[in-house]
Amino acid sequence: MNDMNTKEELEPNSDVRKVDVSSVLKEESAADEQLETCIDVKDLDLFYAKDKQALINIDLNIPKQRVTAFIGPSGCGKSSLLRCFNRMNDLVDDCVIEGKIVLDGQNIYERDIDVADLRRRVGMVFQKPNPFPKSIYENVAYGLRIQGINTKRVLDKVVEESLKAAALWDEVKDRLHDSALGMSGGQQQRLVIARTIAVEPEVLLLDEPASALDPISTLKIEELINELKKKYTIIIVTHNMQQAARVSNYTAFLYMGNMVEFDTTDNIFTNPKEKQTEDYITGRYG
Amino acid sequence: MRIKLARWVNKGTPWIWINAGAVAISIVMVIGLLLLLAVRGLSHFWPHDVMQANYAPPNSSGDALVTQVIGEFVESEVIPAVQIASSGIPIDESQETYQRNLLKLGNRDLTGADFTWVLSDYVSDVEYPANIIALERREWGNFYGFITEVRESGTSIVSSDPSAVEDYAAWDEFLIRLDRALSIYDQIYEIEKDEIGQINYQMERLRLRERRLELDGENTTAAMADIDEDRAALDVEYEALQIQLIELYESFNRDTAVFVAANGQESEIDIADIVLAYRPNQMSVFAKIGTYFLKVGEFLTDEPREANTEGGIFPAIFGTVMMVLLMSVFVTPFGVVAAVYLREYAKQGFVTRTIRIAVNNLAGVPSIVYGVFGLGFFIYIVGGEIDQLFYPEALPAPTFGTPGLLWASLTLALLTVPVVIVATEEGLARIPRSVREGSLALGATKFETLWRVVLPMASPAMMTGLILAVARAAGEVAPLMLVGVVKLAPSLPLDGNYPYLHLEQKFMHLGFHIYDVGFQSPNIEAARPLVFATALLLVIVIAVLNLTAVALRNHLREKYKALDV
Repeated sequence: MNDMNTKEELEPNSDVRKVDVSSVLKEESAADEQLETCIDVKDLDLFYAKDKQALINIDLNIPKQRVTAFIGPSGCGKSSLLRCFNRMNDLVDDCVIEGKIVLDGQNIYERDIDVADLRRRVGMVFQKPNPFPKSIYENVAYGLRIQGINTKRVLDKVVEESLKAAALWDEVKDRLHDSALGMSGGQQQRLVIARTIAVEPEVLLLDEPASALDPISTLKIEELINELKKKYTIIIVTHNMQQAARVSNYTAFLYMGNMVEFDTTDNIFTNPKEKQTEDYITGRYG
Repeated sequence: MRIKLARWVNKGTPWIWINAGAVAISIVMVIGLLLLLAVRGLSHFWPHDVMQANYAPPNSSGDALVTQVIGEFVESEVIPAVQIASSGIPIDESQETYQRNLLKLGNRDLTGADFTWVLSDYVSDVEYPANIIALERREWGNFYGFITEVRESGTSIVSSDPSAVEDYAAWDEFLIRLDRALSIYDQIYEIEKDEIGQINYQMERLRLRERRLELDGENTTAAMADIDEDRAALDVEYEALQIQLIELYESFNRDTAVFVAANGQESEIDIADIVLAYRPNQMSVFAKIGTYFLKVGEFLTDEPREANTEGGIFPAIFGTVMMVLLMSVFVTPFGVVAAVYLREYAKQGFVTRTIRIAVNNLAGVPSIVYGVFGLGFFIYIVGGEIDQLFYPEALPAPTFGTPGLLWASLTLALLTVPVVIVATEEGLARIPRSVREGSLALGATKFETLWRVVLPMASPAMMTGLILAVARAAGEVAPLMLVGVVKLAPSLPLDGNYPYLHLEQKFMHLGFHIYDVGFQSPNIEAARPLVFATALLLVIVIAVLNLTAVALRNHLREKYKALDV
């Protein structure tokens, strides 16, 4: 997959980074040259109905093990694009997708793709916490049980590791078998993240994961994203531009179904090339 | 003033009153219904005092013929004098109405009818002698009278003077012998019902096996010898039981007692024929309460006697519950699967909409139509086919090709499946999309999502459907008359003989029992309180079944509490 690696349009402008850059980010920026492409989107069009096109000719390279943020005004198609990566749009009646999305060298819209397996590899966290009405333990073990793993020893280990990775273990380790519905919203969202990483996906899709949460829970989720990006490729959709600036390495700005600009987060926020991007991030519309 | 009224209306006060009034009327009606059933039904079991009186109605020639009446007061009513005049009794012209009382005289073997109306004006010398005895008998209904003598094998053992209230000699002896007879009766019952019943059952199976071998052309001498050997063994067993039975019957029928009924009529009654004996006029309230519960218990646990007008209704309770449970077992999976297909898999369009409308309309089809369908399709076609294939040895006697428990349950399942489908569909529609997506996003297939997340969350809705189905099925009578209910079933559909649950058997049902006792009974007055008692029991059985389902649903609801959407 050489053509993916050659599409290196990323500029490691580390000195311009002023917006909340953690030390972790700095370390990574030094290695930016070796960035691999994780997902390659080519000429993607999405129609919800014949005359209702939601995404127009999207071309995009999502870098591996980085956080990529999609921003844009409501209805611009950022969530639609995100849901293309794990074929969630298949569930929408009359939704037609043209073009290619290549993950690990394979077009995920090809006919012989096992959608269930794809969704295991590309995990997704939704806007509102959606734990199952089961115990905390069973929520995390769900994905494994789906795969037929029922050995208690294995499940125990994975549940513990996942909850630790989602920074939830200390809060729930004494009540693993209580209902997940009794947790706070922020805990539920971290549980959903734990549930998602329990099946060891390659990519994590986060669809406005903090929009239904209070500021403290939001902060915890953002810290968690910073931790998780060491291991996973993360794509996050957010309404909150400060959040995009805080957590992401790369940012794509979408407007009316078009991808207006895609660059490092620093460039987008400090030195946007497009007028539309500048107008949006300075709050002139959207 | 007008403005004030308009404001009052606009504020919604009249609406609140109308709504609250409607609720209040509904509650009052339900409570009234239950109270009526309870009062009319439950008072039947109370051991009422028995009165003795002289009754002297004038006949057409004006003379009064005095007769003695002994019996329980049942009810009284006021009737116009004209009605009495038309029955040939001379009336007092100045009196427009007469009061008449219904008395339960019992003693049907002596007097022919065990209830009579007496005009209260002509009743005199009413008294309640303490030594009046009420007997509940296996045949001929109740007996009221005085005991004079106890006999063993025809020879007198002890005698009492019926006019001497304090003479307990015969009564005490009688009670001892009654206890003995009742315990022998239990032994006889056990041998006849259980042991001989089992032998008969095995004999029947041997006969069917023999027939089967004949039909298959495998009736070799060895096989036949086997069967004959088994049969001989059973015969020996049967003979032994028979000898035991004859002995028991001899000792059972040993004792008799002589009683004096109204007008000095003597009657010798086998003690073996008596179920319960008490002296109501002498009993304290507590003793009466004890007897009351004894009689209620008998009603709940015994088999019916005397064309269903006496004894208990246990087989009907059992049959009703059994049928409803079986129906639930059939209807739930079927309805749920259909609803899942309609809601989750079928493409929502014209065809699905049409099917949904059709299903809803199916719930409105009169139940007797389902009965006809069950008879025509299940019994004649399916049952007949099953008999041809699996029970050829029993033909021409049908096994499944005749009304029975299985077909009744299936017919009712068909009748109630629309309710379950509609309720389940609504439940499925209410599961938030986000939870389904959460499962799918973890790599679960649609089936896994349904099975592990959606269906458990929709289970309270399924239970709601089942509750509605049970409520409808348990009260249904019309279709059952065609597909399996009988007035008197000789045995319960569940017993100790393999395969324990006999789905092909006919059964009794409380709803049909009400109809039978109330409208087909030869003894209307005796049956009437039983109609109320049975109706009350039917309501209670349905309520218990429903409350069980409701409790289960609440438990599930708590477990799968839906996320706040």
